[in-house]
Amino acid sequence: MRENQRVPESVRRALPGGLATSAALALLGFEIADKGWAFFFQITLNGVTLGAVYALIALGYTMIYGILKLLNFAHGDVYMVGAFIGYGVLSSLGGPLNPSVPVWLLIVLMFGAGMLGSGLLGVAIERFAYRPLRAAPRIAPLISALGVSFFLQNSALLLFGASYRSYDPFSLLGFGGAHFGSSVFISWIRIGVVIGAIALMLALIFLVGRTQIGKAMRAVSFDREAAAMMGIDVDRVIAATFFIGSALAGAAGVMFGLVFSQIFHFMGFLAGLKGFTAAVVGGIGSIPGAMLGGLIVGLVEQYAQGYLNGNWSDLFVFAILIVFMLVRPNGLLGTRAINKV
Amino acid sequence: MTDVPNNPDEPKVPAPPDSGDRPQVGVDEWVASVEGRRADRSLALRAYGRVPAPAQLIVVVAAVCALPFLLNSGDLFVYGLFTLLYALLGLGLNVVVGFAGLLDLGYVAFYGIGAYGYALLASPKYDLHWQAELAIPVVMVGTALIGLILGFTSRRLLGDYLAIVTLFFGQAFVVFVNNANPHNITGGANGIAPTDPLSIFGYKLTTTRQYYYFLVIAVLVVMAGLWSLLRSRTGRAWQALREDPLAAEMMGTPVNRLKIVAFAFGAGIAGLAGAIFAAVSTGIAPGAFDTSVLITIYAIVILGGTGSLVGVVLGAVVINVTYEALSPSTPSTGRWIFYLALVIAILARIRPWPKLAVVVGGTAAFGFAVHAIAGAVSSSATAGPVTEGGSLTGFIKHWVIIPEHPGSAAKYAYVGLVVAVVALTRLSGWSRAIALIPVLYLTAFVWENLMIEQPAVARLIIFGALLIAIMQVRPQGLLGTSRVEIV
Repeated sequence: MRENQRVPESVRRALPGGLATSAALALLGFEIADKGWAFFFQITLNGVTLGAVYALIALGYTMIYGILKLLNFAHGDVYMVGAFIGYGVLSSLGGPLNPSVPVWLLIVLMFGAGMLGSGLLGVAIERFAYRPLRAAPRIAPLISALGVSFFLQNSALLLFGASYRSYDPFSLLGFGGAHFGSSVFISWIRIGVVIGAIALMLALIFLVGRTQIGKAMRAVSFDREAAAMMGIDVDRVIAATFFIGSALAGAAGVMFGLVFSQIFHFMGFLAGLKGFTAAVVGGIGSIPGAMLGGLIVGLVEQYAQGYLNGNWSDLFVFAILIVFMLVRPNGLLGTRAINKV
Repeated sequence: MTDVPNNPDEPKVPAPPDSGDRPQVGVDEWVASVEGRRADRSLALRAYGRVPAPAQLIVVVAAVCALPFLLNSGDLFVYGLFTLLYALLGLGLNVVVGFAGLLDLGYVAFYGIGAYGYALLASPKYDLHWQAELAIPVVMVGTALIGLILGFTSRRLLGDYLAIVTLFFGQAFVVFVNNANPHNITGGANGIAPTDPLSIFGYKLTTTRQYYYFLVIAVLVVMAGLWSLLRSRTGRAWQALREDPLAAEMMGTPVNRLKIVAFAFGAGIAGLAGAIFAAVSTGIAPGAFDTSVLITIYAIVILGGTGSLVGVVLGAVVINVTYEALSPSTPSTGRWIFYLALVIAILARIRPWPKLAVVVGGTAAFGFAVHAIAGAVSSSATAGPVTEGGSLTGFIKHWVIIPEHPGSAAKYAYVGLVVAVVALTRLSGWSRAIALIPVLYLTAFVWENLMIEQPAVARLIIFGALLIAIMQVRPQGLLGTSRVEIV
């Protein structure tokens, strides 16, 4: 023990993570040298876009966990429903080839309907599946959440079939983009999506930090009973949290459709798991942490796909989750200890 | 409670008006009388309770053993064999969820690891042909060890986090077996086929009937083992853990170690079920271990009652028979099951009989009225053919609207049905009973026009909805004991 104390505590704690990160970076360095910088930038860009989507999902996870201490397994499926609502708006207004309204209005409508629909779905899920179980043993709402998740997945399968649906963003928005140098190309869609995601996150930070409902949310997540005694309508605050978190997931679904084009009924399952991983990496309960976590998960997934083997990228994300849970269960930016239940 | 001598000088405080209804601290008659209240059940259950336990067991086992003589080989395979296999899986999950209170969502992965373990040890793939008496214990121990490793990795996050780590683990397993093909370990998406039949000390099991009896013995052995385990030191510690982890820890129970052991134990039983599955089905593929199997096993354990051994077996019977009856090849049976379940649910849930009569009569009348109106408005609205009717065809033809071209109307009706059911929970009393009538009719409409064409999807939707509903209506399941809150 005495020997150990010569090394500061913080260094000792950071050592395993630091070693793993530097090993990964060294490996990445070799691979970059192998495949060239242009490829690297392209992959990084994919990772950032995907990371923005994961970050939006992670935000919902984090908010709902923060306020109810409940892992909402159905969150990934809410994201899927958002993507399908956006698709529904797109195809009912003439489809991507000849839309009946101006393109900018169509995009606004897709996001509006997707976020509103997902938000209302989130509120309904909370009202119907979680609220009656708030006093039940902790395993009960988790099982209920599992049921909701399967219900939504298979409902989408029933209504839309097993085939992929395409947003076809290229017909809708064209192939335009910005060129950097000779070989790096960023499409406007990606730039727009990343900017949109950042704008949503800033709006969320403003909402939680500066408005009355945000204050109420923080109070409820800090101590629900005390908040209720102070006259805060806890049920309403929880419903509002579900609405906002689910609306963010809905926006993420539409964004995913616009960038990666293909959506299907099972897309929410893995995306939900990765959003959760992002929330854990950043520190569950922390909003900036969810953004950082989303970015890291998106980048790791894309690097794994680009430089290693595409089929294994999910396993790398899983490995990140395990490593973080072992080495730093509070996440990068989280401070609170994980509650043992 | 000790008697406090009355002090005449002390001012008398009037008792609060509801003191009679309040649970009094230290007076636990209500808690103590729980057995009495439990015994006060329906006549049939009381009569069944009079029969001595060994006789009950003999009757049930005899009925189970007689089943192969009543069913043909195909029916025995899907109804008999798979019920027992699911019962085995449910018993294993029950250790983790029911005894120790851990939410293990990667359970299917252990089932898959068991199946792949057996398939690698006993198939022409690597030309290994291990005997079952060697392969099955090896597979079980190996699966339990993997469970131990996973449980150990997530030892800090027992609770909610365990659920999602294991869910991810289950997905990672499917990704792994699908993609380990370049090194040809698992056969990729095609899986491993054929696998050897079980061969115990040289005696080869070949027919469905032999496998059936083998599974009966396996289920009985596992149940007996679990029954005695539940009463052992470890079993009692698990239950203490589930009821109140904090109190258990205060009493000096090694909480984390017990949880990890329970996790590994459940994994081992899943491994056994997997090995048997691999032998029975003569080949395995990653698709057999996806999340739809997970939801089925959870439906079994939750329906039967977490913590109850007999309940899990009963749950396996109900769920597997429902699952197989709702297969795409027999729409008529599926329809019977569907309407029967609906009627039973109505009979069980709607209590004063006038209300029940109004709901049942109203729904029937409402259906005929709507059908007549729709037929008068447009002839094509009711001209659609009834899918594979069976004996209910005539009734349905005149009761449910089946448009010639349902198109997207059925899909909108489905979304409307979900919204209506959610809205229904906000109502109560007579207004709920009245609102139930059109909702029931809408349910029949959705079933006849949308779900009956895709029973494979419909059954998973039903299982998902079942989990939500059971958690709210009867969280202890069919046979689980409801917990008595100690005030």
